[in-house]
Amino acid sequence: MIRSALSDATIRWTIAGFLVLALVGTLFPNWILNNTMFGLAYGLAVLGLLLLWRTGLVSFGHALYFGMGAYAVALLERYTGATDIVMRLGAAMTVAGGTGFVLGFVLRHYRGIFFAMLSMAFSMVLYGVLVKTEALGSTDGFSVSQTTILGWQPQSKYPLFLAIVGLCVIATTGVQLYLHSALGHLTTSVRDNEIRVEYLGYSVATAIHVKYVISAALAGVAGGVMAMALGQVDPDSMVNWTVSGELVFITIMAGPGSVVAPFIGAITFEFLRTFAFELAPHAWQLIVGGTLLGIIFFMPEGLWSLTRLISRKREKVR
Amino acid sequence: MTGTPVLRVRNLHKSFAGIVAASNINVDVADGEVVGIIGANGAGKTVFVNMITGYLKPTSGSIEFSGREITGIRPRDATRIGVCRSFQISQVFMTMTVLENLLIAVSLAGKERKSLLAPLRSRERIRECEQVMERYKLTEHRDNVTRTLSQGVRKLLDIAMAVVSNPKLLLLDEPTSGVSSDEKFRLMDLVMNALKEQGTAVLFVEHDMEIVQRYVDRILAFYQGEIVCDAPPDVALKDPKVIEYVLGESHGPANDSESALGAGHA
Repeated sequence: MIRSALSDATIRWTIAGFLVLALVGTLFPNWILNNTMFGLAYGLAVLGLLLLWRTGLVSFGHALYFGMGAYAVALLERYTGATDIVMRLGAAMTVAGGTGFVLGFVLRHYRGIFFAMLSMAFSMVLYGVLVKTEALGSTDGFSVSQTTILGWQPQSKYPLFLAIVGLCVIATTGVQLYLHSALGHLTTSVRDNEIRVEYLGYSVATAIHVKYVISAALAGVAGGVMAMALGQVDPDSMVNWTVSGELVFITIMAGPGSVVAPFIGAITFEFLRTFAFELAPHAWQLIVGGTLLGIIFFMPEGLWSLTRLISRKREKVR
Repeated sequence: MTGTPVLRVRNLHKSFAGIVAASNINVDVADGEVVGIIGANGAGKTVFVNMITGYLKPTSGSIEFSGREITGIRPRDATRIGVCRSFQISQVFMTMTVLENLLIAVSLAGKERKSLLAPLRSRERIRECEQVMERYKLTEHRDNVTRTLSQGVRKLLDIAMAVVSNPKLLLLDEPTSGVSSDEKFRLMDLVMNALKEQGTAVLFVEHDMEIVQRYVDRILAFYQGEIVCDAPPDVALKDPKVIEYVLGESHGPANDSESALGAGHA
């Protein structure tokens, strides 16, 4: 398994890239560290959306799982006092993945706009429940206390950052190995020709369901990471449809070219939003929206296509 | 009929909102037999194929495959038990290469479901695909993306993907439609020789009577959802009903088989 993973150039480059990020992170001031953690959290969720996109499906409702992961972390602490990172992420992944598994039985029969909007409808049901339920924190949500790592209480945010980077390496490697497996290749097969997949003896519904559950679990973990990095969960910043919109926005911005692209896209988005807000507090959306338009017009394959451009130029120089 | 029936169809009936698409169909197909299905457009040929492969559920009647009742079976289950098909419009993965298409087909044909989690490009799978490509003369297109290939090559790939699981029964829906007249015999020679080696029973829908006469052991002629003739080609193509309903009256007297055979489309 490890040998198979290390024989993949993308995985080797991904590990190297995250290692560099972990090292450079020691130099980051707190605000950059925070922004990068937010970016990595979004990147994890977008990694799941990338799986669906490669299958030809777009979900406008993944804030449902993102929010479930975040609330799982907060409620676990509230009702059991658990603050350990493994328990928190385990709870986030289980709750979101479990919900994805159940809802997947409905969603796997829909395609196109129906799939996208049905996902969103489910997320808005959760939003409504959270806003109206006092026991779930209503509109204020909950605060989340500092995360412990196997019983150790770190004094700074860097150890959490390091743990998140490690988590991203595991998730990226896992998704890359999955995409290279026969089951993973069914993503493109389903997008290309559902009839042929059925007549090769495999259920298209099952293929979509598996990808949906993986993407839901990843979004749940992402929500858990966001809750730990932000120290707060509330319906507007975790479950609202605008969060789903941001995830789709980053997916388009990043492009489907690689499993690393979601993280590049998400970190870029996070810093773009911060600077845009700094520059134009009342019209930052203009800057963010304009950037996305520019990417769609000039880089239809997303930011990842820049890497191809660079490698092509390198070949020309040689 | 000689040999064990691989397919047994009894009193098959299909109607869509009162419109009869197939009625009282009774057919036996022996192991390794090649059966041609002919008929004008709308005669019920594809409906018949779709019912056997599970794309459509019959309104009534029964379908048995190797002695097992398969009426109303799902397409993927039909494939798993050995009933495979190719399509009139080739159904391949357009954005993938020929090798990738075959790798997917080979991996899904594997009996071990857990092997689906292993890397797609394993040495054994690639070797198996190379053998299939050699048999179907696809080797030169190995790394070409399917959407860049000619209709004939796509048809070959479509059929090759359908047979990698060594089916006992293969249904080909107009295998030469959209294929140039230069390519059609080469394609059919390749396919039929490969299938003969595998001992696969074949049911194929075809409009081209030259192809039908050359490759089939038996003809099923459809008209308005019913089989009007079930006989060897030399008998079927002289049958007055086949001439009237399938080949068309303009093809002249029943004994003028040469003119009828060369007529092309029904």
